[in-house]
Amino acid sequence: MKNTYGIKTSMANIKDYIPIVGESTIEDLQLIAEKLKGKVIQNVNSTALGGGVAEILNRMVPLLRELGVDTRWDQIKGDEAFFEVTKKFHNALHGRRQDISRHDFNIFLDTSSRNINNMDIYGDIVFIHDPQPIALVKKRKKNKWLWRCHIDVSSPNKHVWRFLMDFIAKYDSAVFSSPNFSRRLPIKQFLIAPSIDPLSDKNKELSEETIASVLAKYNVPRDKPIVTQISRFDPLKDPIGVIEAYKLVKKYIDCILVLAGGTASDDPEGARVLEEVRKRAADDKDIHVLLLPQSDIDVNALQRASTVIVQKSLREGFGLTVAEALWKAKPVVASHTGGIPLQIKHKYSGLLCHSIEGAAFAIKQLLNSPEYAKKLGLNGKEHIKNNFLLTRHLREYMLLFLSTYHKEDVVYL
Amino acid sequence: MSELMQGKEPFRFFTRLHLSELTGLRASNLGQFLKLLKEVPGSCIYHHTHRFLQQHQYLSPEPPNDFAYWVTEALGEASLGEKLASIDTVQFPTIRSLREEIIKTIENHIKNNLLSRLRFASEGEEFHFIKSVSFIVPTKYIAYNLLDFVEILKKVTIDSMYFHIFEARLRLERTSNDFSYWIETSIGDKALAGVISHLDPYTYTLEDLRKTVVGIIEEYLRDKN
Repeated sequence: MKNTYGIKTSMANIKDYIPIVGESTIEDLQLIAEKLKGKVIQNVNSTALGGGVAEILNRMVPLLRELGVDTRWDQIKGDEAFFEVTKKFHNALHGRRQDISRHDFNIFLDTSSRNINNMDIYGDIVFIHDPQPIALVKKRKKNKWLWRCHIDVSSPNKHVWRFLMDFIAKYDSAVFSSPNFSRRLPIKQFLIAPSIDPLSDKNKELSEETIASVLAKYNVPRDKPIVTQISRFDPLKDPIGVIEAYKLVKKYIDCILVLAGGTASDDPEGARVLEEVRKRAADDKDIHVLLLPQSDIDVNALQRASTVIVQKSLREGFGLTVAEALWKAKPVVASHTGGIPLQIKHKYSGLLCHSIEGAAFAIKQLLNSPEYAKKLGLNGKEHIKNNFLLTRHLREYMLLFLSTYHKEDVVYL
Repeated sequence: MSELMQGKEPFRFFTRLHLSELTGLRASNLGQFLKLLKEVPGSCIYHHTHRFLQQHQYLSPEPPNDFAYWVTEALGEASLGEKLASIDTVQFPTIRSLREEIIKTIENHIKNNLLSRLRFASEGEEFHFIKSVSFIVPTKYIAYNLLDFVEILKKVTIDSMYFHIFEARLRLERTSNDFSYWIETSIGDKALAGVISHLDPYTYTLEDLRKTVVGIIEEYLRDKN
């Protein structure tokens, strides 16, 4: 299959990763997959499109199946009111002030009950992603249940956390993306960082013609350095803060700011934030606010055309856009929050910041010192290759599934 | 020569894959850190003294030690960090003895630097204790002689290298690394086994360690020719 740029978009097979990670790494995956023969893994989340979870599952599920692990993926159903509530939960778990009423909790419980009644649970291992489907664990029988939390819960709203704890305690294990998110829990908890797929449309190499055509499509000129943040339009990604940082940079360096992102079907807040961003950007023709369709090639091209990539999140589950940028050997300025410090070692593989002023200073440093910027980008790429590619993630998920059948610290398979 | 290279027993290559298990235990100053160091399972000590080897292999000679990194970067205790980084891990035959040395180093530092107890890590920079859960899997690779062995060694994952050099010796408390043990007992060459067991593997990246071991064996084979 080819997309609008005439680029082949078919999904990669597991063997296509050999030139990147080596044959023996793929052989190790096959060895572990063998140990999961006969088990059915049922993934459940709330959306098939948009956001990091759906993106990872879209790649993970076919590859696990190719390795011989019977992996399936279902979504719960919910109406707008339910997703308004789960977005409130999301924000509250990230530590944002949020009014959540008894009525909101009831909406969550009512929709959860309908899903519990209607959803077929057939997995030997049921892998629940994020809080939206968390209540399904009430259907637990003799199978194994895992809860994957993609959210930064380092300082969550206590009411929401307590409410969720009633469900979390019924799982076999929980999985978090950063050690900072771990809390004392009555169940086992594992650290598994997300990953990027080096062969996906979002991360594979692109020709200069493709990059140029994407920039032309969005009317982004290339006559000045380009500073880019790719993120959903979400207050926690702080797009307004990025504009403020850009304005501080612009006093000294003539550059372009690109704020580009899409929306997820389970995020009702996106349109309001986008409108606010457009308003704040209206008086500067060098700020390009792009609402992207679901086009990974476009994201890839925008990242590759950028001089500096920014991820100035106030809170972040992991921040896969940082890994994407580093994989392209781009210099990155990102907030010291969530899983970002796992990806960036300050002054070695990027620059970390804690404020608008700090972000602006770091962007100026990188724009003024291209050799330094290049070195950070190359170190970053190596770090992503060693630790944050899909093959590592596949391996850890399979080990996680196997861990539900073993209690010891050294397991002989 | 072929007789010299033939093993009495074949060498089966294993690989070691791991998961990081979070304990929920965290420290934000030296007092809490020391208390938890005495209580956490040995698999935590193992994780924090060996994680760097696999995750930051290109950063070598970065200290393979999270404890040293944290007291330096988060608490600003550079001299204690240097002492912890300098602990000669290869000299300790067990996790227990390694833990005792780490504790002793911190206790001595606190005794001589009373103010060090007052330093706190910033929010978000606390030390989180993590356990390592190892999964040990036999690979398809079996060496029947030294020639097979060196060819296989060139292509196994660094996880396999890691298992036979580090995990076997310290965590599984074998007396030597697996390679030296096999070369001595099965190939019957004590001198070659000794050359490999005298390497300090903590001061190499895993890829460099692989190259070094391969180089030693290939040189040995050339000499035998």
